[in-house]
Amino acid sequence: MLLPAFTLWWREIVRFYRQKSRVIGVLASPLVFWVVIGSGFGTSFRSGGGQGQQNYLDYFYPGALIMIVLFTSIFAMMSLIEDRKEGFLLSVMVAPVPRSAIVLGKVLGGTTLSAIQGMIFLIFAPFAGIHLEPLQILLVAIVVFLVSFALTALGFAIAWPMDSTQAFHGIINLFLIPLWLLSGAMFPLSRASGWIRVVMYMNPLTYGVEALRALLYPGMETPFPLASSMATLLLFSLVMFGLAFLMANRRTTRPAA
Amino acid sequence: MVSNFPAIADAAPEVTPSSAAVISVQNVVHRYENRTALNGVSFDVRPAELFGLLGPNGSGKTTLFRILSTLMLPTAGRATIMGYDAAQEPARVRRQIGVVFQAQSVDLKLTAYENLWHQGHLYGLRGPALKTRIYEILSRVGLADRAKELVEKFSGGMQRRIELAKGLLHHPGVLLLDEPTTGLDPGARRDLWQYLQTLRDEEHVSVLVTTHLMEEAERCDRLAIMNEGNLVALGTPEELKSEIGGDVVLLDAAHDAGLLAERIRAKFHVETTVLENQVRIERESAHRFVTEVVEAFPGEIEALSVSKPALEDVFIRRTGHKFWSEENDAQSSAEDHSRR
Repeated sequence: MLLPAFTLWWREIVRFYRQKSRVIGVLASPLVFWVVIGSGFGTSFRSGGGQGQQNYLDYFYPGALIMIVLFTSIFAMMSLIEDRKEGFLLSVMVAPVPRSAIVLGKVLGGTTLSAIQGMIFLIFAPFAGIHLEPLQILLVAIVVFLVSFALTALGFAIAWPMDSTQAFHGIINLFLIPLWLLSGAMFPLSRASGWIRVVMYMNPLTYGVEALRALLYPGMETPFPLASSMATLLLFSLVMFGLAFLMANRRTTRPAA
Repeated sequence: MVSNFPAIADAAPEVTPSSAAVISVQNVVHRYENRTALNGVSFDVRPAELFGLLGPNGSGKTTLFRILSTLMLPTAGRATIMGYDAAQEPARVRRQIGVVFQAQSVDLKLTAYENLWHQGHLYGLRGPALKTRIYEILSRVGLADRAKELVEKFSGGMQRRIELAKGLLHHPGVLLLDEPTTGLDPGARRDLWQYLQTLRDEEHVSVLVTTHLMEEAERCDRLAIMNEGNLVALGTPEELKSEIGGDVVLLDAAHDAGLLAERIRAKFHVETTVLENQVRIERESAHRFVTEVVEAFPGEIEALSVSKPALEDVFIRRTGHKFWSEENDAQSSAEDHSRR
């Protein structure tokens, strides 16, 4: 199972770096994102902090990191739709490869790219008043990896039955933005009320944002302990992988492609 | 009219698997939402045989191909490869087969070598043995010197050869090809068929190939001819053609082909088939018959032809219509649609 998974992962990476525009996009988008946010948001909100001693830009930083990971992860699985259209996926599906290996290879490929992008964003941490020790960086990397993995697997499960990238875009926009908005990225859990608060507690991304916040601002109070956030993320990853596997493992009387 | 093989369409479906069969298709039925694509098809493919599945678009051959390659479950019936059920034991079947799809499955962003390296890993091949095998298969398809080039720089014919190399990399005993010559020029087409014959003769690979081209079907050891989800004929090309008594006469009617056919039937006591504006007659010593017909119906016949029977004549005889018709095309676009 590992050799096929490895080779599928390898293909994702090779395809990525052979398409220079994608490389530029991945490397530059965190940069552009932060420059725009930093200069725009920064001056407008810096005075009106209201988060104890933290200003809004600093508050926003973990959420921004999650947002970058979110978009890269999910959209990485658009390649699955392309593979299906181009016929490449057919040759993988008739090979004696367990479906779990196909899922693992594709998902790890997307995860790698999106985790790299998330970690690049960490370069801007000092501008948000963050100074990281090596152990913190390692823990951040683990959180970023788990969030990337879970979201890429979710992207896989959504993309598997689809035959057009347009349809995929539609579905993604329908619930990805709300997922992100209600993750504590924009406003804190403690300020939310009623059903919004319930939704935020149920949103797995909340635990990603809070885990990052706990790691990046060790002094700050967080709604959940770091360990429980990370355990939740691990669980989320496993459930999403299981979902992707179930999608890929179905055999039906309908054409596979 | 002597038929030296059983009339498949009428016979009860043969459901006992022959032990010698490499591929055994037993009464396979497949329905898409609103259309029956396969209506109880049965046949066997023997070891080291080059077996053709001939039919117009929409005849069900692609559906059957999907079932055999384990990509889709049949609605009913059974298909086995090397004794393994394609629906029940897909993992075992997948180890036996090499598959070449009509769609392009090579990755254009990888080199020829990388494509095969990736493919080898999927089949558990690795290391120096894989490397040796890749160069071996690349030289078989004549591309060893281009191994390190990106496949996107290759011509269509070269890309097809990489497809074939992918399907053969792991030494499958059974090779399934879906319209493998699509988009190839006549030279490349001939090369591919020659290579399939070499595979059969030297490596004893059993080959099942779908095609809608008569010239290609002629090169097969045995053929299954399909029409609208039914198997309409099964046998060697020679057997199939020999069922046609004598020559085939085609008359272009000047006015009403139906009327002309009726009058010919009454006068000469022969069987006639009407195909659009043509009347078709199978007849021994056709040269003499033709003279008589032309003299009997002056001004009724615009053109005529006499020919030796071809596979298309077998198809017409079994289905009562031409191989290519608008009806078929409408169906095939319906099939394309159901795939969406």
